[in-house]
Amino acid sequence: MRLVEHLPALLVVVPLMAAPVCFVMRRPVAAWGISLLVSWSCLAMAVGLLALVMQGGPISYLLGGWAAPWGIEYRVDALDAFVLVIVAAIGAIVALAAKRSVEHEIPEERRYLFYAMFLLCLCGLLGMAITGDAFNLFVFLEISSLSTYVLVGLGRDRRALTAAFRYLVIGTIGATFYVIGIGLAYMMTGTLNMADLAVRLPDVAHTTTVQAALAFLVIGIGIKMAAFPLHLWLPNAYAYAPSISTAFLAGTATKVSVYVFLRVVLGMFGGTGLLKAAAVPDLLMVIALIGMFVGSAVAIWQADLKRSFAYSSVAQIGYILFGVSLLSTTGLAAGIVHLFNHALMKTAIFLALTAVFMRTGSVRIDALAGIGRRMPLTMVAFLVAGLSLIGVPLTVGFVSKWYLIQAAVEAGVWPAAVLVLLSSLLAVVYVWRVVEVAWFHKATEATMKVTEAPLTVVVPTWVLCAAVVWFGLDATGTMAVARTAASFLSQGIAP
Amino acid sequence: MTFESLPPGLILVLGAFLLPLLRGRARGGVALLLPAIALVQVWTLPDGPALSVGFLDYRIVPVQADALSRLFATIFLVMAAGGALFALNQRTVVELSAAFVYGGSAVGVAMAGDLISVFVFWELMAVASTLVLWSAGTAQAYGASLRYVMMHLAGGVILMVGIVAHVNATGDVSFHAMRPESLGTWLILLGFLINAGAPPVSAWLPDAYPEASWSGMVFLSAFTTKTAVYVLIRGFPGAEILVFVGLFMVFYGIIYALLENDMRRILAYSIVNQVGFMVTGIGIGTEMALNGAAAHAFTHIIYKALLLMSAGSVLYMTGKRKCTDLGGLFQSMPVTTICGIIGALAISSFPWTSGFVSKSMISQAAADQHLASAWLLLTAASAGVFLHAGIKFPWFVFFQKDSGLRPADPPWNMRAAMILFAALCVGIGVFPEPFYRLLPFPVTYEPYTVPHVLEMLQLLSFSGLAFFLLLPMMKRTLTITLDTDWIYRRLGPQLVRLIGGGLVAVDRTVRKTWFLGVRNVLVVAERLHGGRGIFARTWSTGDMALVTLVLLGASLAVFYF
Repeated sequence: MRLVEHLPALLVVVPLMAAPVCFVMRRPVAAWGISLLVSWSCLAMAVGLLALVMQGGPISYLLGGWAAPWGIEYRVDALDAFVLVIVAAIGAIVALAAKRSVEHEIPEERRYLFYAMFLLCLCGLLGMAITGDAFNLFVFLEISSLSTYVLVGLGRDRRALTAAFRYLVIGTIGATFYVIGIGLAYMMTGTLNMADLAVRLPDVAHTTTVQAALAFLVIGIGIKMAAFPLHLWLPNAYAYAPSISTAFLAGTATKVSVYVFLRVVLGMFGGTGLLKAAAVPDLLMVIALIGMFVGSAVAIWQADLKRSFAYSSVAQIGYILFGVSLLSTTGLAAGIVHLFNHALMKTAIFLALTAVFMRTGSVRIDALAGIGRRMPLTMVAFLVAGLSLIGVPLTVGFVSKWYLIQAAVEAGVWPAAVLVLLSSLLAVVYVWRVVEVAWFHKATEATMKVTEAPLTVVVPTWVLCAAVVWFGLDATGTMAVARTAASFLSQGIAP
Repeated sequence: MTFESLPPGLILVLGAFLLPLLRGRARGGVALLLPAIALVQVWTLPDGPALSVGFLDYRIVPVQADALSRLFATIFLVMAAGGALFALNQRTVVELSAAFVYGGSAVGVAMAGDLISVFVFWELMAVASTLVLWSAGTAQAYGASLRYVMMHLAGGVILMVGIVAHVNATGDVSFHAMRPESLGTWLILLGFLINAGAPPVSAWLPDAYPEASWSGMVFLSAFTTKTAVYVLIRGFPGAEILVFVGLFMVFYGIIYALLENDMRRILAYSIVNQVGFMVTGIGIGTEMALNGAAAHAFTHIIYKALLLMSAGSVLYMTGKRKCTDLGGLFQSMPVTTICGIIGALAISSFPWTSGFVSKSMISQAAADQHLASAWLLLTAASAGVFLHAGIKFPWFVFFQKDSGLRPADPPWNMRAAMILFAALCVGIGVFPEPFYRLLPFPVTYEPYTVPHVLEMLQLLSFSGLAFFLLLPMMKRTLTITLDTDWIYRRLGPQLVRLIGGGLVAVDRTVRKTWFLGVRNVLVVAERLHGGRGIFARTWSTGDMALVTLVLLGASLAVFYF
């Protein structure tokens, strides 16, 4: 057997094996080296898989040679491969920037822990995206969640521990709901393979068991993806975690959860007709719209910028869900492409904030007075990512916005299209206030001494910004993948 | 992409970033050179699409030249150069750079061949113009810039939804004449009209522009409203609703300008009024009317800039902007006074000035289409323009009484810019033929016929007479005896004041309620989202779990029923 055929397994196994190595070695620099190597090879593998899938269609990989639906199947189609690339790419970029930031924010004796947990989390997130087995997904969900709690708790701020604990409790409730939902579905169908479940569920859709399963799954996954109003754990977790953890989690964790939502709720239950019954899509749309406005509005008044942009993430999840709630190919494609686009820009924002924190020791807005001239590279990168968050043309944000609006207009809900754009004006406010303080306010004594962040942080930030512009100018590639994924998903949805 | 296909607007936009790196003469030189290069570019481009690139799922055409786009690009570039010359003494470089991005994106709109490119430059224009306003550096300018940018971004939202809906319905991104009949086209029209200063949001213009610096307002007056005129000519020629919108703007501008005391706010209201003429012309929609609208936009940019340069010079030299604080400046500022008067004559369409050869085309088009009431209103409005901008501005600023101020004329570059623009006003007025050849349609119109010149002179002299008769009232001094002249001295003005005052009161109430409403929304929003608001506070674990539980219940209920 050629190595290429084992790519799906290797993608998960390599970081899984590397994590204990980091743990045993206890040397921060070596651990960083391993993380860097592993995350970049994961990126290479993920890109390879995406290329294979786009050329030859979905890949099925049977773990241990046990045939599905009895054995665990790794199934990679366009959507999976796309999410894999997003996660691996963000992981690789963050790994580059991690060394200096970790040295700055985490005491030396705990640094190796960060890298071990980073790799475990990466493994869990990749595993969630690649597996075709609903229970296996739960296992990876737990791997990623547990390591995330540690990544948050490593923060120097004492509130990080409370934030991690809160997330642990709520996250566990979410995971439990997920497993309850899967259990109920298993009860009625006797299978855990997602593709198999999608085939069998429609026959038993009228039972209250299946209906309850769906209810549990929606709420459980909703918590994990921080959909409004289940987002309450997220702001503090993002705000008090070490900056570099936030950068990694903001670009990956919620995105993979959205993927799980698509895969499980739409993919498995799409054929049951439950989704289009009653007012489910309408409710989802209303909730998504409220989330956009509330998240963005809170972001305007937050003094702590990490917290501010955490709330902005809640709003952005709203955009994705808005696209999904239309249940059309265009809407799904818009949501999926925004997954990618938002991962790029939000990670860039948090990396820029990481750089700011390294130099000023704070990300409170008043600590940034006049910093634009002291750290021009960082702050211009922040500006580019911020413009994309607003949805300015020539950035990826515009691409997302364009297709979301198109989907809304196509579905005949043009007032919702206006609301989507109006809420993006709130982003103007919360991005502009940073720009104003950083460039147009007088530098304080503290900020006078600030210098530009080290290149190891600035360069990764700029790589992401370049991607923000690149994929904003030429969205054909990302849209092609998103459309393929969306049309596959929407085919499975019963009319 | 070769140099030949480089969008001319981008030369200015990118060049703007060079300006902060330069000092003194070098900066001035580059600031004059950039529009010149772009102008050469505009006139060497062949007709038709010059650049076509793939974007999203469409082919977009960022550069496409024809007579109409060249006309507007040319005047925008002339304006950028003239404005730069005038603004050389401005201390902050942010303003000039922003103004170049602003002017460059206006050129970008004029040369754009598709709706997406229009939208991109449109938004860039909004941001850059906000920076121009903002760089005045005062608290009032800051507040005004926030209100201004919110209005324009909201307009951008409407425009973008319109464009997406239109593109989605037709599958075509190219920018050509449309009719307002579908949702998409209506929203596009609405988005365009917001930038034109149309009702009910005309107020953004006089609210914001006068807060700009003495040089900033010169730039602001030229680009935003005139690109709106351009896109309306291109996109909605002959849309009937524009006749009504335009006529409303004409009178809105006049009434407010007559009541105003701030010299630059008078001129801001007069922008709304003048754009109203153009919008009316676009609504009439014949070749003659469209020619008139385009020509009037061209000449208006020149004379309005000239008026604002002379007002800006006064502000620069005296620091005062209220009519009541000014007066008698003609003794020490002869150049500024003469240039101001030439601008005032041009805006009043005095024969042998540029305004005469352009505005009369719109009135003539109304007459040719037998739109009697439109023609009558436009003619009445011409008299009104002479009252508020033609006489009121120069009279109160340069003559009236002796305010005791003795400022000298401004520095050489500001004088040069004014003289240049004054020369253009007179040159176009005296020799209209070369100018007419620039217009999008062939011109068969002859402005200098005896009846027409006589009619205009009569109109102007009578409204001039009226101004000086009403002068006591305008100064708010009431020393009038009752006689038969009561009819024209009291009743007429009373009626005007009653109707005008009524309109103003209604407008003020509406705006006040609106602002109060907005403020209340903001207060409630901050209470909910700010600081410890319900959405922003940190929730305890138990409360979070409770929320989850409630939602689970709701979710179960939804799927059960």
